[in-house]
Amino acid sequence: MDPVYFLLLFPLLPALVLLAVRNDRVRTAVVWASALIVAGASVWMAGRYYTSEYSLFDTHAWVGTAMSALKTLFAIAVAIYAIRRRRFWIVLIVAAQEALSLWFEFSPAVRVEEPLNLFADKLAIAMVLIVGVVGGLIAIYSLGYMRTYHRHHPELKDRRPLFYSVVFVFLSAMFGIVLSNNLQWMYFFWEVTTLCSFLLIGYTRTEEAKRNAERALGFNLLGGLAFVGAIVYEGLTMGTVDLRKLLVYGASGYDVLVPVLLLSFAGMVKSAQLPFSSWLLGAMVAPTPTSALLHSSTMVKAGVFLLLKLAPVLAGHASGTMVVLVGGITFLVGSIVAITHSDAKNVLAYSTVANLGLIVACAGVGTSEAVWAGFLLTIFHAVAKSLMFLSVGTIEHSLGSRDIEDMHGLLVKWPAMAITIAIGIAGMFLAPFGMLISKWAAMKAFIDSRNVVIVLLLVFGSSATLFFWVKWLGKIVAVLSHIEPVHKEASLDEGTALAVLAGATSLMCVLFPVVSSYLIEPYLFGVFGPAATGAIIAQSNITVMTMMLGMVVVIPAALYLFMHGRKETIVPTYLAGANTRDDRYFVDAHQEPRRVFLSNWYMTGFFQPERLLRWSGVASILTMLTVAAIAVGGLLR
Amino acid sequence: MNVNAFLAAYGVRILSAALYVLLAPLFGGLLAGVDRRITARMQGRKGPPLLQPFYDVAKLFEKRRVSVNKLQNFFVVLFLVFLVFTGALFFAGGDLLLFIFAFTLAALFFISAAYAANSPYSAIGAERELLQMMAYEPMVLLTAVGFYMATGSFQVGDILFAKGPAVASIPALFLGFCYVLTFKFRKSPFDLSTSHHGHQEIVKGITTEFSGSSLALIEIAHWYEATFLIAFVALFFVWGGNPWSVLLGLGVALVVYFLEILIDNTFARVKWQLAIQSAWIVAGTTGFLNLLVLTLVQGGAGWLS
Amino acid sequence: MAFLKRSPWMIHYDGSSCNGCDIEVLACLTPVYDVERFGIVNTGNPKHADIFLLTGAVNEQNREVVRNIYDQMPEPKVVVAVGICATSGGIFRECYNILGGADKVLPVDVYVPGCAARPESIIDGVVKALAVLEEKRRALPPRARRGRRAEASAQGGNA
Ligand code: SF4
Repeated sequence: MDPVYFLLLFPLLPALVLLAVRNDRVRTAVVWASALIVAGASVWMAGRYYTSEYSLFDTHAWVGTAMSALKTLFAIAVAIYAIRRRRFWIVLIVAAQEALSLWFEFSPAVRVEEPLNLFADKLAIAMVLIVGVVGGLIAIYSLGYMRTYHRHHPELKDRRPLFYSVVFVFLSAMFGIVLSNNLQWMYFFWEVTTLCSFLLIGYTRTEEAKRNAERALGFNLLGGLAFVGAIVYEGLTMGTVDLRKLLVYGASGYDVLVPVLLLSFAGMVKSAQLPFSSWLLGAMVAPTPTSALLHSSTMVKAGVFLLLKLAPVLAGHASGTMVVLVGGITFLVGSIVAITHSDAKNVLAYSTVANLGLIVACAGVGTSEAVWAGFLLTIFHAVAKSLMFLSVGTIEHSLGSRDIEDMHGLLVKWPAMAITIAIGIAGMFLAPFGMLISKWAAMKAFIDSRNVVIVLLLVFGSSATLFFWVKWLGKIVAVLSHIEPVHKEASLDEGTALAVLAGATSLMCVLFPVVSSYLIEPYLFGVFGPAATGAIIAQSNITVMTMMLGMVVVIPAALYLFMHGRKETIVPTYLAGANTRDDRYFVDAHQEPRRVFLSNWYMTGFFQPERLLRWSGVASILTMLTVAAIAVGGLLR
Repeated sequence: MNVNAFLAAYGVRILSAALYVLLAPLFGGLLAGVDRRITARMQGRKGPPLLQPFYDVAKLFEKRRVSVNKLQNFFVVLFLVFLVFTGALFFAGGDLLLFIFAFTLAALFFISAAYAANSPYSAIGAERELLQMMAYEPMVLLTAVGFYMATGSFQVGDILFAKGPAVASIPALFLGFCYVLTFKFRKSPFDLSTSHHGHQEIVKGITTEFSGSSLALIEIAHWYEATFLIAFVALFFVWGGNPWSVLLGLGVALVVYFLEILIDNTFARVKWQLAIQSAWIVAGTTGFLNLLVLTLVQGGAGWLS
Repeated sequence: MAFLKRSPWMIHYDGSSCNGCDIEVLACLTPVYDVERFGIVNTGNPKHADIFLLTGAVNEQNREVVRNIYDQMPEPKVVVAVGICATSGGIFRECYNILGGADKVLPVDVYVPGCAARPESIIDGVVKALAVLEEKRRALPPRARRGRRAEASAQGGNA
């Protein structure tokens, strides 16, 4: 069997099986086996189609029909649910979407040539690897997590069969998105991921969860509507629904502004750009593995994946300018708003929004350099951010809180978790670690694109990024003088996933030149031809960074060995002379011991996140409207 | 590559970096001594001996070592090592952006040391230091961008041999950089996290919990830091590998340092809100205007390249 | 070598003085007396300090604070009692809450009498203290500086 078909179809098997399994042992076995198979298959697929230049797959016509039948079923189900919940705006969107896509498919007036259905380039291969490996690890992690979750929340109904089933359906759909070249297929998978996201956000079925799930559903359906619009427009004007043809037409001077604009819009909603970011924040009510899988490492990446594919036609066009500005604004605002939050998941969510914004901006710039940066960012972010989310999940179960303030002194309380988180944090913003390299490349690409505004957005945004990551790190490394024991809730499943991801995050820092030359550069060469830039970071700098990486590893280790045996004279901290014998307390004005409480800065009054989000949302909408007006003006003419 | 070829290619760079590593403490310490004397004169005092900073550091090594925990000393050593590395990168003619990132990493270790101490005063000092970093970082990055656009390269080694002084293309960025230099030198009105003057509301801020040799290492690190900051200012004025231009740059940098001392003695510390607001506004306006004009003038590639 | 006496950093604490001596201590820093000539810095942080200038007769409330500050100064260190209050309790000696001088709580090395102590005599006292400081430095076993002597600090520490 072909690995591509295997990837698309195999996950549906565990999805079905797990729906029926109630026994935890059996479920654990099935999930472990299936996750390993999926991860293995993704590696198999990558190996199999790495060398073949174009990898094309044709299928039978009935597949398309089956897809539209399924899609209609979903639409009806969503509509019924929305009517029951009196969310009529969702009904409207679904109806519009369905009417448009059914008309397009079955109207005799529409003639489109048979498109290429599936297609795998290096970008798709990278995404397949991310989805397969990271997705598999997250599925394994969730076994331990969900067990504890239900032990801690006896009031919630155990819907784990549905949970795992949806997770595997999602994996299949995600493979579908990244491998489709037929836009109608991609649209089908796109909608399936929306639905999976909806089901997983609403997992607990509390009122809050339902409301947030509906918002995510509504927004993403809106993006889906734009997607259908793009398909219809492309079908009617160009007689094709082929993504690559669209790019080819765009490159050869055809006016593809309208479909590109609509697809970009769909991509930006999916990757939670302003003003649609709120759905991703709402999605944080879902169990943490969901946030890791759908809302940081894979599903939201579908949006940037599409945008990166569109990058060559975005470069230097009005639609590209829009994408750059919206992405840049989202990066800056997301980073600043992350400062004002103390809930770890919210910080991660805003940081995800911000990083997606950066990738979106890279796609919008659309030069070879920028796509290089965006591509690398996508990979690094998927690995490092899922590590962060999963760590927070385990810590939440052990400390009973996911507030960053409660992670005070984690290094003393639970060194293994603290180091895992520290690796994640370092991977997110520090030289010589992963994300920084891509940010650096992004910066060079932005400068070379001669767009001063985006350069400014980037430098201010990354300064804000620095603040919230370092203060988090600071909380963790604080050394408590007296340890209050932690009840550690880390199962084997969780530990395995965390260890592998932490290893992968560290390894990526060393191996990124390999990733660059084996995945990114061939892809760029395929898209941009000989004009594609090779390594953006000069070899000399890579050498220096490798040195730094060595120093970061070797010096602390050496110092540790050197200082370890040495006896230090340990003294209490300075508390203005009002010390008790215990650093956790000082003597207050009544001569009573009082607890010392150290808090990070959130500066909510200074940054006013609500106002900031509102106005930046307005700015994004205005940007989109301006470009939309240009497009409509072009149509009328 | 054999040894001779390697030396031919990198010899000057390695030599310059090595000289920096050896001589920077001397220069930085003297600069601090001059600073203290000028400050004293400005206040109508006589001031300490010129070599006072060296006495201070030597004294600190004579003290008995005590610490709040082991981790803080660990981070302090890392801070010093990476700061020296940062400076060496600059003097070896390395990449400006990489230099800035390495600087950030070093600063992070310093901040972590203060967080690790887990004391109220050092924690608030760490938080303020972090705020200062957030305040000056955009300006510093924009300056690097300016250098790149003006000379066509991020490499200090190439900038030294540019066809004209960078300051001619990026005068506004130069002024903006001087503005945030006050943060970097930890001088009033932006000495929020710690200051050389005693008796303040957060005791000694970020350095409160360090004593003896740890504090000495921090002082030495600051000397290294001051040295490469002075060199950074000088870089604005250097072109064509001309030694006179290096002297000119050094002269201007010392004048800038003198102005920093003057400002230190004439301004009271501002609140953090004003510190970050003003730094971001300065960075935003000078950065935007200067880079925009540069882009418009150049159209294509950098005209100094 | 003896750098300690070229760079004495001090901390000044008001142990229930009338504030008269404190003003004189601060006067030492002004241009007229300029103690920074001798490398003296008023740090305000016991962990950085070598000399403890204590004014006032110390009362029940602040005896622990005085003790804490002293304990947090890394060795070698000296205590200078400034003013007659710190020396012997002075006019507050008979008060119900007064302990009667710095040496009731700390091992004082130099007494600077006067009400208030004049800046000249304070500087004189500090210079005398430097000699004591040097003696203590010599007495300190060299390995202790490297922290190998692992005895817990006087306060019990928090190891
Ligand atoms: S000695 Fe005199 S001036 Fe000094 S504190 Fe006592 S009463 Fe006040």
